[in-house]
Amino acid sequence: MSAVTSTTQSITLTIDDKAISCRSGETILQVARENNIDIPTLCYLEGLTVWGGCRLCMVEIAASPKLHAACATECTEGMTVRTTSPRLKQYRKMIVEMLFAERNHVCSVCVSNGHCELQNMATKLEIDHVRFPYRFPRMEVDNSHDYMRLDQNRCILCARCVRVCGEIEGAHTKDVKGRGVLSAIIHDLDEPWGDSQTCTGCGKCVNVCPTGALTHRGTAVGEMTKKTEFLPYLTLMREVKL
Amino acid sequence: MKPEELLAMADKTSSDLDRYEHRIHVCTESGCISVQSDVLLKNIGEEVKRRNNQDKVCVKGVGCMGLCCNGPLVRVDDVMYQFVKPEHAGVIVESLSAQPIQELLCDTGQPFFARQKLVVRDNSGRVDPESLVDCVAHGAYQALLKVLTTMTPQQVIQEISDSGLRGRGGAGFPTGLKWSMVAKTGGRDKYLICNGDEGDPGAFMDRSVMEGDPHRVLEGMAIAAYAVGAENGVIYVRAEYPLAVKRLTKAINMARRHELLGPNIFGTNFNFNIELRLGAGAFVCGEETALIASVEGKRGVPRPRPPYPANYGLFGCPTLINNVETYANVAPIINKGAAWFAQIGTEKSKGTKIFALTGKIRNTGLIEVPMGIPLRDIIYDIAGGIPDGKAFKAVQTGGPSGGCIPAELLDITVDYESLAKAGSIMGSGGMIVMDETSNMADVARFFMEFCMTESCGKCIPCRVGTYEMHELLDRICEKRGTPEDLQLLKDLCDMVKQTSLCGLGQSAPNPVLSTLRYFEQEYQNLIAEAQAARGQVTQAITGEHIELEVLP
Ligand SMILES: Cc1cc2nc3c(=O)[nH]c(=O)nc-3n(C[C@H](O)[C@H](O)[C@H](O)COP(=O)(O)O)c2cc1C
Ligand code: SF4
Ligand code: SF4
Ligand code: FES
Repeated sequence: MSAVTSTTQSITLTIDDKAISCRSGETILQVARENNIDIPTLCYLEGLTVWGGCRLCMVEIAASPKLHAACATECTEGMTVRTTSPRLKQYRKMIVEMLFAERNHVCSVCVSNGHCELQNMATKLEIDHVRFPYRFPRMEVDNSHDYMRLDQNRCILCARCVRVCGEIEGAHTKDVKGRGVLSAIIHDLDEPWGDSQTCTGCGKCVNVCPTGALTHRGTAVGEMTKKTEFLPYLTLMREVKL
Repeated sequence: MKPEELLAMADKTSSDLDRYEHRIHVCTESGCISVQSDVLLKNIGEEVKRRNNQDKVCVKGVGCMGLCCNGPLVRVDDVMYQFVKPEHAGVIVESLSAQPIQELLCDTGQPFFARQKLVVRDNSGRVDPESLVDCVAHGAYQALLKVLTTMTPQQVIQEISDSGLRGRGGAGFPTGLKWSMVAKTGGRDKYLICNGDEGDPGAFMDRSVMEGDPHRVLEGMAIAAYAVGAENGVIYVRAEYPLAVKRLTKAINMARRHELLGPNIFGTNFNFNIELRLGAGAFVCGEETALIASVEGKRGVPRPRPPYPANYGLFGCPTLINNVETYANVAPIINKGAAWFAQIGTEKSKGTKIFALTGKIRNTGLIEVPMGIPLRDIIYDIAGGIPDGKAFKAVQTGGPSGGCIPAELLDITVDYESLAKAGSIMGSGGMIVMDETSNMADVARFFMEFCMTESCGKCIPCRVGTYEMHELLDRICEKRGTPEDLQLLKDLCDMVKQTSLCGLGQSAPNPVLSTLRYFEQEYQNLIAEAQAARGQVTQAITGEHIELEVLP
């Protein structure tokens, strides 16, 4: 993101009481992952531009009154980071609860049941109920494509599909329309997916989608597993470097 | 144009103006035009022509004179008329050689005018915003000339820093510091942006500056561009401000034609151009990174900062972004000096601030007051107090990102620090006054509805959090709320404030937090009423049940 970092320097910092060294320009999230420190994320995907939308990766930095998104914050010399605390746990729980209240996540009838990042996140954060009023919106399912399907009911608006489509495949078929809770993923100028002139049918969006929102057609409950083998190569697949 | 040409133009136009025996100034900003001041201006012009008096009477359309609720306002030499109708044109022209018209008189000695201090707006109401020569006759572009011919960029930045000017777009970031950050970045590709998005409900300060004195904004931008080393500027205006767009377009074209914009301004090697970009009316596009995305032709959503626009802004280039009113302060500072500016206001908040007064108040309109003025003086002196014998309850400053200030705090002064201490913010300058008939939970619900519909939807806490907070406020206001709802609302306020990506989400809970801070009892009463009603329902049901049982 930042303007050309001319020289890489070595930086030392502390994450969760562990002394760590890294290269300048690396984000807290990258360094934490390299050191097997788990920070929950939903919108981040290595190789795509940083989105900063899910806010699950918020961490505390000593001497800063604010919380910082680990995916979007570069490490600086002497930084002391805390990736978990009762407050952070509470916030993360609320965020995931809100996702369940926002749309219709009925796991028992979802093709991604058992293979879903949202579901796994809820389990990891020990969410046993949702305190917020449910919206129960009426949402469309776009079944117009020959072999892929978009079910808006399960979408969490992480924009991974939008980014992979624009940045890796170079098609920019997908984008977001609307504002606030009325935002939704669209194809081209809000046309049925099957009518899209720009979609190459590569299927990357299906495989980066964390939930059952983008799936292959013809899958029944719990049958949809995503192919994630190519994910480590996203950075290499980019034409425009990050 | 050459420096001498500017001075010659100023002199000639001034002496032309001095030759008139009378001056009639009609406000032609959106507020007064909505009550036909444009027709009035045309009629007055025709009346003057009919009497063959064009050489003696100068008739012109000018910017806002402040007291919008009494418009159309017309200034005739030293008197001001209010509530003027198009059919009054004849009597007004008639009155030039007679006594002023008593029924239309507006007292310019009243506190509304007397307590103001005009720095940004001192030419508003005096100059014709559509005429470059008229503006030049009233001093426009003198500061730019001074800067380009006698000052180095460092000196300009120093002057702005010394003045203590802080950004008028909401956060109050020191302007000189921001300029020096952009000036320090290397490279020649830099951009300048003027933020004229002004999306808060009840705010129209920036609109008035752009409509009433557009050349002052262009001049401020040109000076800033020289100081930071930029050659291209963009003014981002919402398309809902057609008159501002029209006047800015005209001003830019005239300035270009007279070579006050373009290459080699005043014969120096300084080049500067300005382009207009229209926003489609999203509140979030006032946020700097969203605004930049929108100018780049992308969807207007914010991105995480850092990198700040000063380092990585429009098209990835270092970018200076300031508010309309911030730029409009620049020329007066250069003309009259940093020391002059710094003696207005308080220790940390210098200069004046324009406020848009709306709500349950006698005088609604625009005021410019020195920082540090007691809030009470604004409400009771300048704004004339609360109409219909009602009592003052609270004033909301800072729009949907701000908070309300209750009667007990009316004696605080209006500056960045005291407003923040009271749980509100200066914001861009909206002031919405509420009387005793307003329910504060309802007020909070109104602002939350605004944030909910204006949230860009990028980050979860703001997108879903504003929806959920609105839902809970709705329950409470409609007397369906429970104590648990109130607790959940408080938890949400904290979480949304701490975790949202941009200022919209981070400040969306403020109206709720500040009404809870001063008026929690009103929330509690609504909940108690809901509980009582529920009790009655239960009784009714059990009562009916018993009755059913005794049926044979
Ligand atoms: C949601 C949101 C809306 C904003 N709207 C405006 C606006 O309408 N006008 C404006 O000048 N600044 C607005 N700002 C502040 C800008 O991001 C930015 O700080 C400002 O333009 C900087 O100018 P200044 O330093 O002159 O105040 C907004 C910020 C947020 C978070
Ligand atoms: S469709 Fe999937 S990848 Fe795309 S925004 Fe929705 S949840 Fe994210
Ligand atoms: S806080 Fe609201 S407006 Fe700002 S990025 Fe998040 S969703 Fe968009
Ligand atoms: S992973 Fe950082 S905000 Fe989503």
